[in-house]
Amino acid sequence: MIKARGLARRFSARGRTVEAVKGVDIDVAEGELVGFLGPNGAGKTTTLRMLTTLLRPTAGEATVGGCDLLADPLGVRQRIGYVAQGGGTAPECKVGEEMELQGRLYGLSKAEAHRRGAELAEQLDLAGLGQRLTKTLSGGQRRRLDIALGLIHDPKLVFFDEPTTGLDPQSRANLWEHIRRLRAEHGVTLFLTTHYLDEADALCDRILVIDSGRIVAEGSPDALKARVSGDGVEIGLEPDSVTAAAEVVTALDGAHDVSVVDGTVRFRVPRGDTAMPELLRALDAKDIPMLSMQVHRPTLDDVFLTLTGRTLRDAEEGGEVATDAA
Amino acid sequence: MPRDVWLIFRRDLVLSLRNPAWIFIQIMQPLLYLVLFGPLMEKMVANTPGFPPGDVWQIFTPALIVMIALFGSSFVGFGLLADYRNGVIERLRVTPVSRVALLLGKVLLNALQALVQAILLITLAVLAFDLRAPVGGVVLGLVIVALLSVTMASASYALALTLKSEEAFPALLNAVLLPVLLLSGILLPITTGLAPSWLYTISRINPFTHVVEAERASFRGEFTMDALFTGSVVLLALAALAVFWGTRTFRRENA
Repeated sequence: MIKARGLARRFSARGRTVEAVKGVDIDVAEGELVGFLGPNGAGKTTTLRMLTTLLRPTAGEATVGGCDLLADPLGVRQRIGYVAQGGGTAPECKVGEEMELQGRLYGLSKAEAHRRGAELAEQLDLAGLGQRLTKTLSGGQRRRLDIALGLIHDPKLVFFDEPTTGLDPQSRANLWEHIRRLRAEHGVTLFLTTHYLDEADALCDRILVIDSGRIVAEGSPDALKARVSGDGVEIGLEPDSVTAAAEVVTALDGAHDVSVVDGTVRFRVPRGDTAMPELLRALDAKDIPMLSMQVHRPTLDDVFLTLTGRTLRDAEEGGEVATDAA
Repeated sequence: MPRDVWLIFRRDLVLSLRNPAWIFIQIMQPLLYLVLFGPLMEKMVANTPGFPPGDVWQIFTPALIVMIALFGSSFVGFGLLADYRNGVIERLRVTPVSRVALLLGKVLLNALQALVQAILLITLAVLAFDLRAPVGGVVLGLVIVALLSVTMASASYALALTLKSEEAFPALLNAVLLPVLLLSGILLPITTGLAPSWLYTISRINPFTHVVEAERASFRGEFTMDALFTGSVVLLALAALAVFWGTRTFRRENA
């Protein structure tokens, strides 16, 4: 559905040139749910705006929904839906009016636009709000309206820019459900950007990690997490047996990054689940009693740290050139 | 394309009817000039040589109609900036809608709004101040107003999208519009009989002067080549330029 090669965008303002996106390759197959993960200012929105015909790339080429991005932008527009980060509803407009206008701009007749609007209102819990001004909607409702507008023409490929930014946890979980259902029930291919690791983890089949305008990693959430060297294990012990336990752990096959803090020993091991029985036997053999044990799978935060040397939070606070807004 | 233009026009129409305050806000200034400034000129026009032909209302009303289009339609870019901030522009630009229609639908509604205000003002001038003007002249005058409104609105949208600043936009407009107002002889006609020659020369260079003069001629019922030609040519050229600028700005990728 998407095939981009060397897509790049430069912005020049006041004599300064910023390379917001430095040549990215993107492939998205039909029916996939792909996440574009990176800190603010990494070039996510810029890439998305290029793929949706809003911004002309300074280099590279792409086909989106089967149409050439540069030669046939109109074809691309007809085939995609786009839900922008800040939404796009006029505060003084009624919900029903926005749906009708949007549908008709995609070439639907008035009756079709109404039918489709009612259908989406039903699916997205917006039923009965048709006469409300959009400025009177709650944040979650307005976000769902944005999504309804992006889906009005039943596109097979939909772009979401930061779909849940600014929503409360409940609306967020609710929206995830809607997004999953879009794919499951309607076979829609989805491409979304997010700077939330848990969102990418919870929703996406595949994740592209972007940092400073370059894609630095790509893979399923699990595959990416596997690039962080293994699971983290933490065992709690009596203080006087910590040293002995650390020796046992160090001898364990594949264990590394062993550290001792107070009454706990922490280490990483390729597979936490299979390493545990072995560890228990080894500790038992030396008569070292264990008080507690935790195994945790690596998070995407660990992944980002491994890939870039920074945590996602550091990357955002690091004052990246704010090109997303441009 | 006509369908797209109609859809955008209708959306803006619905919005403007929902909040009809614009009629009063935009018409207030010309209306105050008509009521509080016009009567003051009555004796002056009658007793001072150098004014264009016709009585004070025939001189003043058509000029105020031009003022409606000139000022009212110049600030419409503000609404576009609001749409831009809300993401409405971007949302519409992702749809297959014709970029030209995005502009024309809005501009045509602005022209309609200017016409409604002009008709209100003319009606008031006829009823309260004894304006006499031939129907044909008034109709031609309204055509001029509509065209001028199209011109100013297109330029306003283009400028707003170029500047993308709620501070710079009105500052620039005010800086341009006040000299234009004074130099086009809307309040007091700039004729050889009234103005020093340097001021007269500058006012001739101002294209809107010719539009005001054509408007006055049509209110006097002077449908001659001599009276209308310059104004019509200037107005058509301005309109073509402004619409070209506007469509170019709307088409540009990152507008």
